[in-house]
Amino acid sequence: MSELAHGADGPIPAAEVPEMELPHPHGWWTTYVFSQDAKVIGIQYSLTALAIGMVALVLSWLMRLQLGFPGTFSFIDPQAYYQFITMHGMIMVVYLLTALFLGGFGNYLIPLMLGARDMVFPFVNMLSYWIYLLAVLVLVASFFVPGGPTGAGWTLYPPQAILTGTPGRDWGIVLMLVSLCLFIAGFTMGGLNYVVTVLQARTRGMTLMRMPLTIWGILTATVMALLAFPALFVGAVMLLLDRVLGTSFFMPTLVEMGQQLRYGGGSPILFQHLFWFFGHPEVYIVALPAFGIVSDLISTHARRNIFGYRMMVWAIVVIGALSFVVWAHHMYVSGMHPWFGFFFATTTLIIAIPTAIKVYNWLLTLWHGNIHLNVPMLFALGFIVTFVNGGLTGLFLGNVVVDVPLSDTMFVVAHFHMVMGVAPVMVIFGGMYHWYPKVTGRMLDSAMGKVHFWVTFLGAYAIFFPMHYLGLLGVPRRYYEIGETSFVPASAHDLNAFISVVALVVGAAQMLFLFNLIWSLWHGKDAGPNPWRATTLEWQTPETPPGHGNWGRELPVVYRWAYDYAVPGVEQDFVPQNQPLPPRAQVAKGDATP
Amino acid sequence: MIVALIFVLVAVGSVVFHLLSPWWWTPIASNWTYIDATITMTFWITGGVFVAVVLFLAYCVFRFRAVPGGRATYEPENKRLEVWLTVATALGVAAMLAPGLFVWSRYISVPAHATEIEVVGQQWRWSYRLPGPDGRLGAVETRLIGPDNPLGLVPGDAAGQDDIIIEAEDLHLPIGRPVKVLLRSIDVLHDFYVPEFRAKMDMVPGSVTYFWFTPTRTGTFDVLCAELCGSGHSMMRSRVMVQTAADYQAWLEGQRSFAQLANRK
Repeated sequence: MSELAHGADGPIPAAEVPEMELPHPHGWWTTYVFSQDAKVIGIQYSLTALAIGMVALVLSWLMRLQLGFPGTFSFIDPQAYYQFITMHGMIMVVYLLTALFLGGFGNYLIPLMLGARDMVFPFVNMLSYWIYLLAVLVLVASFFVPGGPTGAGWTLYPPQAILTGTPGRDWGIVLMLVSLCLFIAGFTMGGLNYVVTVLQARTRGMTLMRMPLTIWGILTATVMALLAFPALFVGAVMLLLDRVLGTSFFMPTLVEMGQQLRYGGGSPILFQHLFWFFGHPEVYIVALPAFGIVSDLISTHARRNIFGYRMMVWAIVVIGALSFVVWAHHMYVSGMHPWFGFFFATTTLIIAIPTAIKVYNWLLTLWHGNIHLNVPMLFALGFIVTFVNGGLTGLFLGNVVVDVPLSDTMFVVAHFHMVMGVAPVMVIFGGMYHWYPKVTGRMLDSAMGKVHFWVTFLGAYAIFFPMHYLGLLGVPRRYYEIGETSFVPASAHDLNAFISVVALVVGAAQMLFLFNLIWSLWHGKDAGPNPWRATTLEWQTPETPPGHGNWGRELPVVYRWAYDYAVPGVEQDFVPQNQPLPPRAQVAKGDATP
Repeated sequence: MIVALIFVLVAVGSVVFHLLSPWWWTPIASNWTYIDATITMTFWITGGVFVAVVLFLAYCVFRFRAVPGGRATYEPENKRLEVWLTVATALGVAAMLAPGLFVWSRYISVPAHATEIEVVGQQWRWSYRLPGPDGRLGAVETRLIGPDNPLGLVPGDAAGQDDIIIEAEDLHLPIGRPVKVLLRSIDVLHDFYVPEFRAKMDMVPGSVTYFWFTPTRTGTFDVLCAELCGSGHSMMRSRVMVQTAADYQAWLEGQRSFAQLANRK
């Protein structure tokens, strides 16, 4: 234990970090629009992601209206319904969650938490955002082209995705694939930046094992994304060629509506392998930053060191590595060779072990803590409950034979919404309540925050927990309407209506959050530099909000790990990472806020 | 403390919902009771973990809430506790994985005497093909599909002449006889899904997939498509009638073979 960084005094004489030259802005445009400051880029990413997320929210309302009250809304026909679910899914997974965690939180926090002045390639970083924005605009454009957006489901499985029985076959699917390629290109620019910055631009004393877990989560997720997204990229390009040029990468001989098509010899399952080789790591690309951020929220607001820091780091890295060998658990009933089932079920259930360790360590951080139920902490607790719930149902779906009856049912929808929808969104909200004071200098209103939390948490749980039972019953997913069957009782329709009503309410609660974001800009309580009395470097900046270059004249020097809360012998219950020695001399004064 | 209480209610409420919910799986009609048993066991293990975690969380929120002058305990690591928890988790995971893999090996080992039948999916309907008296299904080719030959049978293949073709009608199966269901699609992905049979598998154009089961209960069951296949996905329906051997034979007499259908033209 002695080699661990916590408690260690004195900076580790790491390589001198050279001062970087910053591209200083000249005027309004380069300060706020074409900015090369990672903080501004992070805010741009976050606002764009929230805006497109609002589109996804409205789409979810529309699909819930159809499911809860089938036939009531005549403008929702099957084509429109499938377009709604497709766009909702793709927006949430890629354009909101990935962009917000890595582009938003990553940009804002990486340089600040590591004591760097900025990302190492500021221009490429700026380019990354503008290409992301272009990808979003191309995606949005597909709502306005003839035939509308694609309705192929977010998985875009061929042959269906590019045949005429699927809505948006003419333009929608083309724009979707182009938009994904743009997104990946833009992400790669940002992602290389994040990785190089973490590895090369940490300030003196900030060893890897002193980094906050937020950074570990974002770093690992970024490395994974850089390895996983190319699979989606080639899949998208090949599908685009099949659609536009008539190649047959994924297209076997087939007869569509009585017509022999000119395709032949391709493999639809190949696309599924490419898609899920990206798609499963993608789950953890979203989850790992959430794991990291929530660790820091829990530690800060429970005023206690994170429990088992080294285990937490290793768990993040092991989960990241394992997540590349579990992808085909999405394909147990795809028709691939059945022997793969043994391998992928085993790897999938093994990944539960490091994940469980993380949950235990969050709980053990709360244990013997000094828990302040601030809004970020409430969201962190909500994350634990929804993540554990969704993670445990993953043990059903990962266990190959149990998956057989449940696959493609509402059980799957409930599972992945709980584990990679609700849980990461809880962390996004928690993170926003936590860092808003640093970004703006003002606190978000906590009364509004508490209403927002309870409605969102209890509402989301009431939506997705009962939904598992619709799946057990046998209700398939991606059904415009269940119609007449012998096995779905009338009460299931009542449950669907209930879920829809709650979904409308939970959606409305997000408007309160948006209002809070704007209202608090002017009316929020003044935050001061370190309102949560946190140890990490971003709270120790000379200015709040931090200026361009973050640190004034001198870079901070790091003397300790990120979790020195309630250190014995130190009266103040936290010791910032850049504080050389426990301030024994100041104990008598009691207040050592810098 | 109200926050802790709400978390307790979430845990207890979930269990109560599970026990009282009227929404449970539809009664099984195949041999795959093993699958149901594995699900039940997984429910017990995961349910126990969920309740334990949430109750412990609620306990911490209540017991270690911030009070004036309160202070956390500084304890970066506890190796014994961490190892102990890891081992316990690994055991729990193994307890679910082992039976899961055992049942999977049953699921993919088709009995040698199973009758082969074929299900063909297309946007948005189901067709079926049963082997005739020779007990074998004839060869098919997607290129041959046309108005006169909707399933694409190879006309020159003797084994296919007596195959029973069922279009736009219910599939009938005799009770108690294992069937290997060969799955074929002629356009996009589909999935032959009968909730009461528990088993299912995607149908992939360009290849033939399969699963097997033994019907154990007579009755009429809905066939649904479980893999998104375009805008008619939810309307792609059919039915399976599981019958006694005598009833099944009577039904079979009335069906037409490929050769009979071809001659009619």
